[in-house]
Amino acid sequence: MDFANFLIQLLNSLQYGLLLFMLAAGLTLIFGIMGVVNLAHGSFYMLGAYLAWALAARFGNLPLAIVVGSALAVGFGWLLEWLLFRHFYHRDHLDQVLLTFGLIYIFEEMRSILWGDDVHAVAVPEAVSGSIALTDNLSYPVYRLVVSAVCIALALGLYGLISRTRLGMKIRAGAFNREMTEALGINIRLIHGVVFALGVALAAIAGMVAAPLSSVYPGMGSSVLIMCFVVVVIGGIGSVRGALVAALLVGLVDTFGKVLLPQIAGMAVYMLMAAVLLYKPEGLFKQ
Amino acid sequence: MSTAKAQLEQLPRAMQVLLALGALALAAFPLVPLEAADFYLQMLTQMMILAIFAMSLDLLQGVSGMVSLGHAAYFGLAGYALAFLTPADAPIPLWWSLPLAAAGAGLAALVIGFFVVRTHGIYFIMVTMAFAQMVFFLFFDNKALGGSDGLYVNFRPDASALGIDLENKTQFYYLTLALLLGIYLFLRRLLFSPFGRALAGIRVNEHRMRAVGYGSFGHKLTAFTLAGTLAGVAGYLWAAQTGFVNPELMGFHMSAHAIMMVILGGMGNFAGAIVGAFAFEYVMHVFKDLPAIGGFDTGKHWQLWMGAFIVLVVLVAPRGLLGLGEKLLKRRGRASE
Repeated sequence: MDFANFLIQLLNSLQYGLLLFMLAAGLTLIFGIMGVVNLAHGSFYMLGAYLAWALAARFGNLPLAIVVGSALAVGFGWLLEWLLFRHFYHRDHLDQVLLTFGLIYIFEEMRSILWGDDVHAVAVPEAVSGSIALTDNLSYPVYRLVVSAVCIALALGLYGLISRTRLGMKIRAGAFNREMTEALGINIRLIHGVVFALGVALAAIAGMVAAPLSSVYPGMGSSVLIMCFVVVVIGGIGSVRGALVAALLVGLVDTFGKVLLPQIAGMAVYMLMAAVLLYKPEGLFKQ
Repeated sequence: MSTAKAQLEQLPRAMQVLLALGALALAAFPLVPLEAADFYLQMLTQMMILAIFAMSLDLLQGVSGMVSLGHAAYFGLAGYALAFLTPADAPIPLWWSLPLAAAGAGLAALVIGFFVVRTHGIYFIMVTMAFAQMVFFLFFDNKALGGSDGLYVNFRPDASALGIDLENKTQFYYLTLALLLGIYLFLRRLLFSPFGRALAGIRVNEHRMRAVGYGSFGHKLTAFTLAGTLAGVAGYLWAAQTGFVNPELMGFHMSAHAIMMVILGGMGNFAGAIVGAFAFEYVMHVFKDLPAIGGFDTGKHWQLWMGAFIVLVVLVAPRGLLGLGEKLLKRRGRASE
């Protein structure tokens, strides 16, 4: 593998890892703070992608579609927390698994009724549709760099929100000790709503920015969900930092696995997980 | 672990009678002359196979408190074992291929179990799911293993050593029924054996069990392996009956359906798993056969109703049908006093 090729794969793995992080961050936050395991998290990714496709077709403008779609996702997440998830924080994990599994079915059918079962392509916005020439015959699409940049910006925003703001302080307090936080007069229910909506929005945005890369298809949520689980298990449940490290690691192993050892590429990531479990059964960054 | 709720282990007498009547009804069913007898025989055989699968999961989920979201992997592996073992030109004998396929599934459960039983709670759920997905992709991605299309099982196994012919739907039905009852009695026995009591102890309080000297790792790994083996028996029967295996058999949905069956019936007593498997499959058939209303084909969107049904069960009857039945029996008992 020459340098240009290596660079392309490295950028691809970074982009994939960052996209996974957007999903895993929401999953791990929702678990860490509310103690809810959410199998339907992949569905938000799928719904986001379809939303981007539908809105981009309506507005003729992907960035605008993403902005509107994100607002819708926040609203949807808020509503879902208020209607359903709120009542499951104290139920055991088994009930949560079943509830969210039922939701996967409901979301898939919602998508099928609203938008049909077809595969759709989403056009890359004109301004970033070019590619950068690396050598005579190798080039790298600008849009992939844009995806990475968007993810990095959001990751930094998330980091700032959690570690530098008053709201973030309350979120951390809620994760650390719920009762104590409530006793101090902080509206923990509001915090839960905010965190849940944030997680849903991050997953939906990941789906929206990924839509032009992967196209939009039914069932795109379930494959990405499993990868998110792997990321969260490797990183340690509840740890956003762990999710970042694990997502980048998974991105690297998956991308280079496909290039170097295509026969076992599908399994490489799981072997990584098994290795981590042997060494640290609770993940790399157990909180 | 948070699955330590009070469970229905000893079934009330009235319920035992009902279950025995149910078993009799199953045994008598092929004698009833029906219009589409073959169709119903096949459907009931499938339900019984899924009931074996659900019971094997109940050993983990209900008895030991280990919620596996990847149990379908062992079900599917044994099915694939049958597909690989059967040559293109002749059936293979049941007497060695069934134990071999089940042992293969058990071996896979032993290896994967070695990694997963050291994790707890939510980790266990995620890790079992991830490993099952690994097996899924192994078969899905490799053309040599059938790829995404799956494989045909060329012949039903040859059970002439038992004096039966599995090409005959009624005889296949009775073999499945016999295995269902045998495995049920075995698991009931196991539940009240010292091993079963130790597993229940681990579910309720693992730290205390370790403190009194029970190695929880060994017990859990044994349970995991045994559950994988029994799931293998079910998977083998499934492949023999349908004549076809594909990666969906080990997929995420299959695993989740098994959990749902155990919950729907009521966990921790194996009878619930059987009732749940029958009820779940029945409900699914009903939803799939819903008529079109206006321009909206309600049957095509069966997943919507299935999803709503699952959410409803979790909200209303988290202890399942047997739990509900027990409550009713208790209330009636109190009223008559």
